[in-house]
Amino acid sequence: MTGSRWRSALAAVTALVALAGCVPGSNLPNTRPSDRQARDIRTDPASLGELTLTVWDQEVRGGQDKQMTALNAEFQRKYPNITINRVPRSFDDLRNTTRLGLTSVQAPDVVQVNNGRQDMGAFVKAGLLQPLDGYAEAYRWQQRFPDSVLRLARYPNSGNPLGEGKLYGLPQGGELVGVFYNKEKLARLGISPPRTWAEFNTALRKAKDAREVPIQFGNLEKSAGIHLFGFALNRFAPTEDVFKLATGRQGVFWSDTNPRSAAELLVGWADQGMLTPGFSGLGSDAAWREFAEGKGVFLVSGTWLMADLEAAMGDGVGFGLPPIDSGKVAVTGGTSVPFAVSARSKNPDAAAAYIDFVTSSRGMALMAEHANLPVVEAASQRPPTALRAEVFSSWAHASETGGLVPFLDYATPTAYDTVTSVVEQLLAKGLSPQEFLAKLQADVDASRAGR
Amino acid sequence: MPAGEPRRVGYLYVVPALAVYGAFLLFPLLHSAWISLFEWDGLTLGTWAGLDNYLTLFAEDGLRSAFGHALVLILFFAVLPVILGLVLASALHRSRVRGLAFFRTVVFLPQVVAMVVVAVAWQQILAPDGPLNAALRAVGLDALAHNWLGEESTALIAVGLVGTWVQTGLTVVLFLAGIGRISGELYEAARLDGAGVFREFRSVTLPALRPDIAVALTLTVIASLRTFDLVYVMTPLGGPGESTTVPAYEIYYRAFQAGQVGSAAAIGVTLTALVFALSAVVLRVAGGRR
Repeated sequence: MTGSRWRSALAAVTALVALAGCVPGSNLPNTRPSDRQARDIRTDPASLGELTLTVWDQEVRGGQDKQMTALNAEFQRKYPNITINRVPRSFDDLRNTTRLGLTSVQAPDVVQVNNGRQDMGAFVKAGLLQPLDGYAEAYRWQQRFPDSVLRLARYPNSGNPLGEGKLYGLPQGGELVGVFYNKEKLARLGISPPRTWAEFNTALRKAKDAREVPIQFGNLEKSAGIHLFGFALNRFAPTEDVFKLATGRQGVFWSDTNPRSAAELLVGWADQGMLTPGFSGLGSDAAWREFAEGKGVFLVSGTWLMADLEAAMGDGVGFGLPPIDSGKVAVTGGTSVPFAVSARSKNPDAAAAYIDFVTSSRGMALMAEHANLPVVEAASQRPPTALRAEVFSSWAHASETGGLVPFLDYATPTAYDTVTSVVEQLLAKGLSPQEFLAKLQADVDASRAGR
Repeated sequence: MPAGEPRRVGYLYVVPALAVYGAFLLFPLLHSAWISLFEWDGLTLGTWAGLDNYLTLFAEDGLRSAFGHALVLILFFAVLPVILGLVLASALHRSRVRGLAFFRTVVFLPQVVAMVVVAVAWQQILAPDGPLNAALRAVGLDALAHNWLGEESTALIAVGLVGTWVQTGLTVVLFLAGIGRISGELYEAARLDGAGVFREFRSVTLPALRPDIAVALTLTVIASLRTFDLVYVMTPLGGPGESTTVPAYEIYYRAFQAGQVGSAAAIGVTLTALVFALSAVVLRVAGGRR
């Protein structure tokens, strides 16, 4: 190219860079949404005039979708002035688009936001969510929901740590990682559902001796591993310690003896053949299907499988909380993805009224009817099956006795990736328990250093 | 350009295409390059980071291995398919098989199927109790049965071989078309001179296919460097440990999940530069000056 062409090319590039060249994020509002006071809030949706409410939810699995569709229809029948524009997406798809949705001009009014720091925490820090404390007062949510549930949707303005500060969401369902068991196989092995760790270990050994797969486990997507590790951790660490580890608080370290024992327990299970052979190449859905088809005595997984397992196994499947040696139960669990209100919503009152409606007693009853676990009032439902009865009473017991500990991925923006990845390497013998714990601690330390 | 028309009128013809190209390609590319100079979570105001994002690219073990995996995938997505394509195409051409169109379609089929479908199908084939292992055990090769996607040592190879399976179709069809263009007289002359199969391939087919090889290599190298769907579906989160992470997956993860948009943009820019550089090398070496 000649000199003048170079110059014009350079000019064109400069012009394009100038076009592109404002600081990323400067087009976003940097004012924090104001807190709405209870006395300013209109709680009667009928008085809000004609409006459309855009709702992004992730209730797409069978029973979840049914209860959501039914609730939306009831809401619209009751308040014909409000049209609900529902946008259902799978959890992963919703997570990937929420970031863009909340920062766009046409942000949704109501959106289910994952409680993790990389999601809800980051959005709170950026001022993209409406604080709901005024609404909680107006709708008396504090009376209906236990603190242990509400604190899983609380964040301070800085977006860290989870569990403190203002309320930003309200969940509809509960989740619990316990033990599903094959009743027929337990009967054949001559054991009753294990209540203590000693009983559980005996059951595993007997199952192994009878050439059964003791714990059905498929970790291809790595998500099952984080649950299995949480399950093992519940055996050793007090609930408050696990809460600190999971949310990245000071005072407890991954290198402490309790997490170490949990890591060694996992390795032991892998070594002794207590897990499905080839688990790292087996999908988690494939694993529960094999369990449903009669391969495997136990399945450590969450209550989100309740509807599917019930449909596949009928009364042949049972559910129990993790075994306990002494003292109170500790169980990994939490709420389903909370419903939050976008800071850019033009109709926050209508959005909050909608959230109140889907989490009302009617909402809980519809949840239970469609084989989902309602976050509150679980014990007062009349579940038609034995499995649901077991799950509902387990949840009621755990949430009321303070035995719930959060999932292990809330500590840092990268925690989910780190925990799932290192658990996989631990089970594959790529990491010793010591190295495994060092990697977990490094993730927390890196995040504290404030990157 | 019609004679007598001033030069600047000529540029007017280019304007519409350039405008579209600029708006949908150049501008986003430069915008990404700009964002890559910031530390930005995608939500709040970014802070100037200069070249930090690029410097950490090379400092991070995880990222280095992601680029390393991309280079390994070039072997499976580009080099192997080109070799296999050459062999298959000349075999198909030479033996004048009946139903050539049928074989051509069968070989090309993987190209037509969406990658996500390919990935799901292969994930089931490669499962610990899947058909592949079952077949190996059935013929007594138990030792070869692997937990393909679940072992660090085999996951990347398994993904790569699926890539080979997909890309070979493209190269075979390209090379068949190329061989079809070669004049039959050349082969005849070679045979009269007493050339065997290999000599014929080396002296006639290969030189004539040089431009096609360049095209095939360019396409497959680009495909290998931007592999995302196979890795994302077959080995979620980058496989056992980080054994199958690739740059495209890192971009996705950082931008949409971890909230490190600046770093994601830096990887994207680096990947683009790498693709350009490799394509240029391929064209220079294999394509020759034309």
